[in-house]
Amino acid sequence: MNIFVCISNVPDTTTRIKYKPGNKEVDYTGVQWIINPWDELALTRAIELKEANQAAIQKITVITVGKADAEPTLRKALAIGADDAIRVDVAPEDAYTTAVQLAEVLKSEKDALILSGVESSDFNSWSVGGMLAELLDAPSVSAVSSLNIEAGNVVVTREIEGGKQTITTTIPSVLIVQKGIAIIPRIPSMRGIMTARTKPLKVVQGIASQPMVKVLDYQAPAQKSSCRMIDPENIEELIDLLHREARVI
Amino acid sequence: MSVLVYIEPREGKFKKYSFELVSYGQRVASALDQLLHILVIGKVAREELNSLGQYGATNIINVSEDIPFDDQVFTGIISNFAKQKEANVVVLAHSLTGRAIAPRLAIRLGAGLSTAVNGLPASYKPFIVNKKAFSGKTLVQQEITTEVKVLTLSQNTAGITEHSASPVIEEINSDAVASATKVVSTEVITGKVLLNEAEIIVSGGRGMRGPENWKPLEELAQILGAATACSRPVSDEGWRPHHEHVGQTGKVVAPSLYFALGISGAIQHLAGISSSKVIVAVNKDPEAPIFSAADYGIVGDLQSVLPKMTEAFRKFKAS
Ligand SMILES: Cc1cc2nc3c(=O)[nH]c(=O)nc-3n(C[C@H](O)[C@H](O)[C@H](O)COP(=O)(O)OP(=O)(O)OC[C@H]3O[C@@H](n4cnc5c(N)ncnc54)[C@H](O)[C@@H]3O)c2cc1C
Ligand SMILES: Cc1cc2nc3c(=O)[nH]c(=O)nc-3n(C[C@H](O)[C@H](O)[C@H](O)COP(=O)(O)OP(=O)(O)OC[C@H]3O[C@@H](n4cnc5c(N)ncnc54)[C@H](O)[C@@H]3O)c2cc1C
Repeated sequence: MNIFVCISNVPDTTTRIKYKPGNKEVDYTGVQWIINPWDELALTRAIELKEANQAAIQKITVITVGKADAEPTLRKALAIGADDAIRVDVAPEDAYTTAVQLAEVLKSEKDALILSGVESSDFNSWSVGGMLAELLDAPSVSAVSSLNIEAGNVVVTREIEGGKQTITTTIPSVLIVQKGIAIIPRIPSMRGIMTARTKPLKVVQGIASQPMVKVLDYQAPAQKSSCRMIDPENIEELIDLLHREARVI
Repeated sequence: MSVLVYIEPREGKFKKYSFELVSYGQRVASALDQLLHILVIGKVAREELNSLGQYGATNIINVSEDIPFDDQVFTGIISNFAKQKEANVVVLAHSLTGRAIAPRLAIRLGAGLSTAVNGLPASYKPFIVNKKAFSGKTLVQQEITTEVKVLTLSQNTAGITEHSASPVIEEINSDAVASATKVVSTEVITGKVLLNEAEIIVSGGRGMRGPENWKPLEELAQILGAATACSRPVSDEGWRPHHEHVGQTGKVVAPSLYFALGISGAIQHLAGISSSKVIVAVNKDPEAPIFSAADYGIVGDLQSVLPKMTEAFRKFKAS
């Protein structure tokens, strides 16, 4: 079996978001790019599984839909431990166009376990994994918080409203993963960084597709008014404010 | 054309979020001058279904079987009704279930998808919704350009509106197909307020100093009928379970009241709590960034402040 990890190239989580004049586009100048945090956890788990199941897992491939500026992020994924990388040379415009490109590459892979994150930290749409699975007509399991290969079977735990479920699924499947699948993301080793330079990174052309949604306008959220400080010796004042002023208790 | 709203009963009952979704559907359908259909999968008593009339449900389809949740199976059921009822707007909760189904459903219906939308559409023609991006750091207006639209609605962003309708209820079999996934076991957390349903959340950070100090925090939560939560390092350290982790890489919550106890207020934590109506912060450091996100703040040591809070809230609740 081969594991494919879908990687979204995103601004560092501490980035202050700026807009181009007119507020129709984000201004990405000076942004530090990182592997989307959930995708980093997915990759971490994939590597752990391959290390523990040499016989069952042949290869880990990372795949991204993005222009050449996404390559440093892919190289980082190779340095962490992926075996090879694919970049679909298309600028993603929405979750749909992204999923279409991924599906085009992955549709011929039948012996594949495909991992995506629950969300990309830029557009937070929780969409690409499920769309990809539907386009591939493959099962999907969402909100996966643990993944194991037991006697050749894929065993996952998924979070459900008010609890969790342990599930087995078939190959190919798309697992849409969250924290818990791994806790601390792996970081590249010195050796990893050296070997990453020579690992294969294949660039493929995308297919034509039209977005179904588009952002018309960006706005910064309203600033909170200032914080009202309360004396720790006077908790009653806090209670009174929460009760009478804020009306939340 | 019609509007289809899918709502999820839990143990045969509907929660507030379902009422909000029905109200939402009613308002969207009336703005579009279309019929509203509510789809419910699972065994639910007649009176419970009828109660949805209060929020404007006129037509209810109930697939009255307890079908184990599977992304593909539920997508199949919902898309069949969406097609049958010629729905051009399909609305789901932005719950774990809704998030799992909506993307598949959108593809199957050839629909554009907008997830976690805030409140009613800003416009219907063109169809424009408000939502957040960059983990709450920006607000966006997004147009869905397709004929059919699928939305997931963020909780507590549209509100509940009262109506009086006497719903027509259709009971139907699902013709559910077999699922490729198999459930081995299910574990349900009982006797606890769930984070995403909580009106009040009491959350602790590294400033709580260790798992042994959580007792007063849990007591405070119990007094207030609140859910408990934590920052990422707290769950990473294993002080608290992962499902309590709030923030950019954990849960995004939107309670009326959020207590941040010993949480510094890192941007990734704030990403998970910025939709809270009121934030109360307790921190010994007056410069902690959490105070710029909070509405009410107390500078002090939790070792002494938290027991005082617990006592004071207990008295208030008893009075
Ligand atoms: C400079 C720049 C500008 C962009 N502008 C926009 C924009 O205006 N609107 C917009 O919608 N998108 C834009 N994107 C693309 C965006 O980063 C996402 O790739 C894409 O939109 C999906 O985001 P999402 O929130 O829908 O993903 P989600 O559905 O939240 O992502 C879930 C998972 O899908 C996978 N995934 C997501 N994106 C990719 C990808 N590109 N390649 C491989 N796997 C992926 C990951 O595993 C991720 O964890 C831009 C990207 C860049 C680099
Ligand atoms: C990619 C990425 C994703 C992340 N995602 C998340 C996320 O989802 N959620 C999240 O929470 N974090 C996340 N983080 C981590 C985040 O950056 C912070 O490190 C984290 O939120 C800090 O947790 P904390 O506030 O509990 O601890 P600290 O930052 O250590 O703060 C502890 C606070 O407690 C106060 N304190 C100490 N002792 C006392 C006392 N006795 N009484 C009162 N106050 C006291 C201190 O003054 C301090 O302000 C993420 C980081 C990265 C890089």
